[in-house]
Amino acid sequence: MRINTLFYCIWQGIRNIFKNKWFTLASVATISACLFLFGLFYSILTNFQHMVKNAEQGLCVSALLDAGMSDERVAEIRGTLMRRTEVSEVEYVSAADTWAQFAEENNFGDISIFTENPLEDCAHFDIYLSDVSMQPALVSYLESVEGVRKVNQSFLTAQALTGVNAIIGYVSIGIIIILFLVSIFLISNTVSIGISVRKEEIQIMKYIGATDFFTRAPFVIEGMVIGLIGSFLPLIGVYFIYNEAMMYVAKRFPSLSQLLAFLPVETVFTNLIPVCIGLGVGIGFIGSFTTVRKHLSV
Amino acid sequence: MKTTGTRRRAGSAISDKAIILEHVSKAYTAGVPALNDVTLHINKGEFVFIVGDSGSGKSTLIKLLLRELLPTSGRVIVNGTDVVRLRRRQIPKFRRSLGVVFQDFRLLKDRNVYENVAFAQRIIQMPNREIRRNVPSILSTVGLAGKYKARPKQLSGGEQQRVALARALVNKPQILLADEPTGNLDPKNSWDIMNLLEKINNNGTTVLVVTHNREIVNAMQKRVITMKKGIIVSDEEKGGYIDED
Ligand SMILES: Nc1ncnc2c1ncn2[C@@H]1O[C@H](COP(=O)(O)OP(=O)(O)OP(=O)(O)O)[C@@H](O)[C@H]1O
Ligand SMILES: [Mg+2]
Repeated sequence: MRINTLFYCIWQGIRNIFKNKWFTLASVATISACLFLFGLFYSILTNFQHMVKNAEQGLCVSALLDAGMSDERVAEIRGTLMRRTEVSEVEYVSAADTWAQFAEENNFGDISIFTENPLEDCAHFDIYLSDVSMQPALVSYLESVEGVRKVNQSFLTAQALTGVNAIIGYVSIGIIIILFLVSIFLISNTVSIGISVRKEEIQIMKYIGATDFFTRAPFVIEGMVIGLIGSFLPLIGVYFIYNEAMMYVAKRFPSLSQLLAFLPVETVFTNLIPVCIGLGVGIGFIGSFTTVRKHLSV
Repeated sequence: MKTTGTRRRAGSAISDKAIILEHVSKAYTAGVPALNDVTLHINKGEFVFIVGDSGSGKSTLIKLLLRELLPTSGRVIVNGTDVVRLRRRQIPKFRRSLGVVFQDFRLLKDRNVYENVAFAQRIIQMPNREIRRNVPSILSTVGLAGKYKARPKQLSGGEQQRVALARALVNKPQILLADEPTGNLDPKNSWDIMNLLEKINNNGTTVLVVTHNREIVNAMQKRVITMKKGIIVSDEEKGGYIDED
């Protein structure tokens, strides 16, 4: 194809966008609405997953050790624990450190006034898991280890988190399917209303001997540009709403800031921008391509 | 799809023919066919009128030649191409060897005169340089050189038909098909269009005109094919408009 012809098709496509203002507006609005919902949903979903992951990583099992355990024995237990696959990290906290931590968390001030360590028998391991679902197995193992006095699990149980993850998975698949169907339905409606006006134009082109490609190209380019515009608007909208929501939560519920650790907007958008633009342009392409096809058989 | 050297009639090879219809029938729905076993040969360079009552199958015939429709049976050969055997993707190229004009002009309403004519050239991927030379030249042939910027809406019926004619001719087709080109025009404009068609024919293009214009048909003394209920009832050199009643 000549470069000449390519430019002509692109130019015609862009011209169509301005020529059929109402059609353009309706299509952009439809695509925008769908992608806006998608963007919001995507942001919520990724944050949720992020928070669950955070919670998972913070999940640790504490194993209290017998008082006065020798350094060799501590190192030995630590070594066997590290070799287990579900364990990502083992941290030894001595009795003195435990006391210091406790005092600090409770604002005791200067602890040097205490001559004795009240938590003398509280030396322990904090064991972090790479796979929370393995927590029960680890706990029962720890209980069998000689020198481990007591095992403490976190209040958020492993089962709960695994369950939440599965639910998020199902819900997201469900919502994505619904959004997809709704947007296809709306787009094909909008496009077929717009196309009936141009049926005659397509027919004339075909009579003169235009190829399907030549007839279709301007429409497809038009659809893709509409999709592109239609994907920018929701991106901007979601960006503002995201920031507002983060600020609102931070202000209203400062106590939750630990639990509701939002992803920075940049992280969410590095994925959301290309996905959104891809979907918008894709919907525009498929919508115009298939609808013009119906009218090409002249 | 290639033409063979088959002799159809004594002394006339396929290659002399612009249009050949052999026992062509077309039925839209089961029942009375719109065309019924029509056989018709038109030589290259001929000027032919097709006349007949409303519903006699004239437009159907044109649509078969354009490969807008396929015949129910029979052979249609245009410019040596067996139209029935054309593949879908070969149709555009085939149509470029034909020029078409309709009663309702069928111009692209949102483009000016120049772009409407240039459009036919863009389809065949003519370089811009050539388009800028060919379009004004054909516009002056049809007498519209001064109106190249006007939109179809701003033109009279006769002017619009001349734009359509320019568009049909700009790619130099071998055959020009016109389905009631003067159907919406007053006598003066009708004569202008017919004179243009004759001029085009004089330059070698085969011209096929469907018309109801009795006065023009009788005056021009061309070959006249008369149709009735899907059948050719008369085919005369230097013929006239046959009166029904
Ligand atoms: N798309 C169609 N579907 C069904 N029947 C059709 C169709 N087009 C035409 N016909 C029928 O075929 C017959 C021939 O129609 P055609 O349009 O060829 O007539 P015509 O000679 O061009 O008439 P006119 O002078 O009014 O233009 C008519 O009886 C018409 O009703
Ligand atoms: Mg007709």
